[in-house]
Amino acid sequence: MTTTVQDQDRQQQAAPATNAPIERSAAYYRLKADVEDFYYHEADLLDDRRFRDWLELLTDDISYFMPIRRNVKFGQQAARENTKRGEGISWFDEDKWTLTKRVEQILTGVHYAEEPLSRITHMVSNVQIKGARPQIDAARELDVTSRFLVYQNRVEYETYIFVGRRNDTLRLTDNGWKIARREILLEQNILLAKNLTTFF
Amino acid sequence: MPLRNDFDQLVDVKGGFISREIFVDADIYRQELDKVFTRAWLLVGHESLVPNPGDFYTSRMGEESVILCRDKKGEIHVFLNSCRHRGMKVCRYEQGNTSLFTCPYHSWTYTTDGKLQGVPLHRTLYDGVLDREANSLVSVAKLCNYKGSIWATWDKNAPDFITYLGDAKIHLDQALDCRDGREGGSEVIGVHKWVFPANWKFAAENFLGDTYHNPSHRSVDLIGIGPSAAAGKKGRRDDELEKAQHVWISFPEGHGVHSAIQPEANEYIESFLDNPILEQYFRHCFEERKRRLGEGARLLPFVGTIFPNTSYHGRQPRGLCAWHPHSPTSTEGWRFFLVDKDAPKEAKEYLRRYYMRYSGPAGMTEQDDMENWLYATAASTGTVARRYPFNYQQSMGAYVTDHPLGGDVSLQVTEQIARGFYRRWTTYMQGGDWHELLGSPAGNRQAAE
Repeated sequence: MTTTVQDQDRQQQAAPATNAPIERSAAYYRLKADVEDFYYHEADLLDDRRFRDWLELLTDDISYFMPIRRNVKFGQQAARENTKRGEGISWFDEDKWTLTKRVEQILTGVHYAEEPLSRITHMVSNVQIKGARPQIDAARELDVTSRFLVYQNRVEYETYIFVGRRNDTLRLTDNGWKIARREILLEQNILLAKNLTTFF
Repeated sequence: MPLRNDFDQLVDVKGGFISREIFVDADIYRQELDKVFTRAWLLVGHESLVPNPGDFYTSRMGEESVILCRDKKGEIHVFLNSCRHRGMKVCRYEQGNTSLFTCPYHSWTYTTDGKLQGVPLHRTLYDGVLDREANSLVSVAKLCNYKGSIWATWDKNAPDFITYLGDAKIHLDQALDCRDGREGGSEVIGVHKWVFPANWKFAAENFLGDTYHNPSHRSVDLIGIGPSAAAGKKGRRDDELEKAQHVWISFPEGHGVHSAIQPEANEYIESFLDNPILEQYFRHCFEERKRRLGEGARLLPFVGTIFPNTSYHGRQPRGLCAWHPHSPTSTEGWRFFLVDKDAPKEAKEYLRRYYMRYSGPAGMTEQDDMENWLYATAASTGTVARRYPFNYQQSMGAYVTDHPLGGDVSLQVTEQIARGFYRRWTTYMQGGDWHELLGSPAGNRQAAE
């Protein structure tokens, strides 16, 4: 019986990933360098507190999602470990409007959970392109996975380290790459921070 | 300076001063775990988390891990999550379905009704005589499924839950009842769990009816995150209470609520300017509730705390919170978000999105609460700071004791509720009997009658 559950689990895990790994061609590495550069720019905007400029990196139809991670039995990870986009309660299941509201709130200067502003550094690594549409050398849309380490120091002694992975869909627009879809997998069960006031 | 064990001096309700020691002192905290959290009724969860036989949900009572479980016959139990042999947690999953809890350490197994079943080498090592019955998982003394919410106490002498609630019942009811006035019918659509560095009582007191802290939410009020915010409306919630008479009530059992009474001409107040489907649904609920409850429909819940550490949000964002103590200066917050089980899809979708943007550590409103609780705790640990008690003198004496809603009813923002909460906390800390813990005789209304 257990085997069946595990098999189902493997199938479900396999499903969202795009078929075979993309061939490591020169075009792949050129594109990967572009994407990394885009992420470093994004990190700069957030860490420099240019929140309105950061919003410009998001498509108008962005889906920004951070599930709650749960402790589940072996074999049930795919089905039950993460809360789901579009149903129930997650840490974030946002559209452009709520993300804009979050930025507006920080900019009021009286959002006390971010007033005075926290000192935050976003580190991004392990960038891999997992899907390119229509093809790698003329891509308009990319599936990209990466890892993040976000360091937050607040007021005097408050320090939080958020580590996890991101699964993004990036879309090429007239103004360069934009984030159309982001899934943030924070490697925590019970949130070990009093607040999530930063963007990931 | 009062002695740390002299609770009457630490909690000076008459003078309106409460010592900071009770929010930071490690010894007082240890005593609280024993004297408050092993006696009072505590929120454990909700039946919708364990809908089927064999379903379990791991929860907490005080600092301790417990398992909420529906056995094979469908009966709900709450057990201490600790093997009787060497104490290993028999369940480290949050939720699931099982026929047995198997301890990973020495493989003792327990059935879903908590009975010890399997003991490896029982015949050879225990002569086949180990008393299984006496080594069942430790069960709570009393348990109550109240309109779907599950409560428990470790004290076999505790009164039943309804008695414990007293006159706070009808306020909690409205957080648990359907929006259209039918009894019960809620379900949990998700649970937030997070740890914040503040004493648990800051959170409990915040929801007792501390409406005075409203200015700390100015940022969300300025930008607008309410139901009609996308249509340009400011504020953080809807206007349904704008014509209501607000009431703040301190109950003798230590509970406190902030509710509201709608005017006699109890009319629906338009709330969803840019969503006709939601507008129609909530208008329907309003009219239906009025039809079912009549005059009773004028009472609307807002927030409250059921002593000691369960808070509710009665309207939106509707839910139940448990403030689990971790240490004198650290608390684990759990929020169970509620909707009507049979609400239409559009309403559930709107509500879950509103809950997420409003509540908890990622919620735009409550982030500012956590900031306050943290630094209020941090700035109260110092030797000098502890010499200066907190001021609780707001609206002293500004309440009536003959209001039909019961308790001490105030028509203005008041710390009478907090004073009542800490007065009862003192009774627990002094080891009072249940007669006293329910509020008599303590110079309150019941005693006078």
